[in-house]
Amino acid sequence: MRRYSLRFVALGYLLLVLLGPLAMIFWRAFDRGAGHLWTSLSDPNTVHAFKITLIVAAIAVPLNTVFGVVCALAIVRRRFRGAGLVNAIVDLPLALSPVVVGLSLFLLYGRTGWFGHWFQAHGVQILFALPSMVIATVFVSLPFVAREVVPTLRELGDEQEQAAHTLGASGWTTFWRITLPSIRWAVIYGVVLTTARCLGEYGAVAVVSGHIEGQTETATLRVQDAYENFDVPGAYGISLVLAVMSVVVLVAMTFFKPNQEVTA
Amino acid sequence: MSIQIRDVSKRFGAFQALSGVSVDVESGSLTALLGPSGSGKSTLLRIVAGLERPDTGEILLAGSDATELAPQKRGVGFVFQHYAAFKHMTVRDNIGFGLKIRKRPRNEIRQRVQELLELVQLQGFGDRFPAQLSGGQRQRMALARALAPEPKVLLLDEPFGALDARVRAELRLWLRRLHSEAHTTTVFVTHDQEEAMEVADRVVVMNHGRVEQVSGPRELYDAPANEFVMSFVGQANRFGSSWVRPHDLRVRLAPGESTREALIERVAHLGFEVRAELVRDDGERFTVQLTRDEAENLELASGQIVYVEPTRERTFA
Repeated sequence: MRRYSLRFVALGYLLLVLLGPLAMIFWRAFDRGAGHLWTSLSDPNTVHAFKITLIVAAIAVPLNTVFGVVCALAIVRRRFRGAGLVNAIVDLPLALSPVVVGLSLFLLYGRTGWFGHWFQAHGVQILFALPSMVIATVFVSLPFVAREVVPTLRELGDEQEQAAHTLGASGWTTFWRITLPSIRWAVIYGVVLTTARCLGEYGAVAVVSGHIEGQTETATLRVQDAYENFDVPGAYGISLVLAVMSVVVLVAMTFFKPNQEVTA
Repeated sequence: MSIQIRDVSKRFGAFQALSGVSVDVESGSLTALLGPSGSGKSTLLRIVAGLERPDTGEILLAGSDATELAPQKRGVGFVFQHYAAFKHMTVRDNIGFGLKIRKRPRNEIRQRVQELLELVQLQGFGDRFPAQLSGGQRQRMALARALAPEPKVLLLDEPFGALDARVRAELRLWLRRLHSEAHTTTVFVTHDQEEAMEVADRVVVMNHGRVEQVSGPRELYDAPANEFVMSFVGQANRFGSSWVRPHDLRVRLAPGESTREALIERVAHLGFEVRAELVRDDGERFTVQLTRDEAENLELASGQIVYVEPTRERTFA
């Protein structure tokens, strides 16, 4: 009996806070029929917003994947002073509100900011343009790969890598043939979380992008835009597409991942 | 390939793992590094492999300085206590790894891997993953993997430590046989004195980061250099101011010229041998080892008073 009530609580909670709202989005998106949904989704500004979201994600995800793996290797494998500090700093984006991140970038790259002055002198537009949106997204989605890889690397230990060295493998070969295959699921899971975070980012990008329709507007910003312009079904439509993208990525990963990693 | 270890010291934080260790390992020999845990034996082996860097001192391989050489350039095979199997690779790929790294032709790799699978009796297991093997099979795979690139030195770090007694005995014998066929210079670490004496031709006894004695198994037992070696290799009793082995004590029922009176506390029958625990009148405890016939003739029982005489004893300065 207790077993069932526990299950009931867990499932009930999931339904209430996760699946319920998702179902609502789905329901409301089709409120005025599929035709209307298609019209609002094929609006050039909406299409452009999705394009911007995907471009930003396409830059931020690979960057953070490489950084995350390198950072995890540094934290776990290299015993250096301040490894604990690096470990803590990686978590910073999780603790900071994205709006605060956006504001700090504004201060750095603004006309009177430390870097802003230099870039302006060289004719590079950072704020209210793609670069600042990428920087903001990189910042907020930075911890996920490292957070997934660090515990996996710790558990893995370094004996296999040492064995590879004694068998004649260089550091680089050992990384590609031994380390990376052993942590691949942690990396993939980190990439999925990073992607989801990039697609969903709102706060920091809202501050630095300037929110210019058809230019610096991402899909999430577009949702707000539509909502404020009383295009409620449009807002739900874009939300639906964003939700579907995330769900597809998650499901694809669960599908491809073997039930149980072969471990000894 | 000969190995010369010259005045090597190594410290981990506040712990002095090795202090001024010098050992020569002859080419083609089979040497054991024997010592209790924390004696520095594993650290020394890892330094020879290049997996640790000594704070001071040098390592010479085949007469040339290898102290700064990376492990992948030393041409040594290393076997870890916990196998260090590449879990994401099949047994075949594990064994072939060193050859693949050296970019040997695929045909040659396949052939060599097949040979090694037969050598370690893992034919038919080639396509399995390490997780599908038993501990003994995994360690045999690790041995085959270390042997594949034909290393000039084979180093084994407590290779049988994680295995149960029967498998351990089998693998010891197997290692001994392998060495007598291939004559690869082999050094293995163990804390088990019986294993060291059974397998190795030379034993390096270590304690607290220092070498206590280097000799053949027999001299080690018969002519220990000091109290530590005497008590660590084989059983030994303190007997007054000297040391004596349990089988070097004669038990009599009547007092003699040089006997000591002692009370039998316990008699244990261990098949062909009988072990008696005794206590002297001054409170010192010791063990005597007798054959079953001797014990029966004397009718030894606990609570009995006997007279004990050492037939061979040793004193150390």
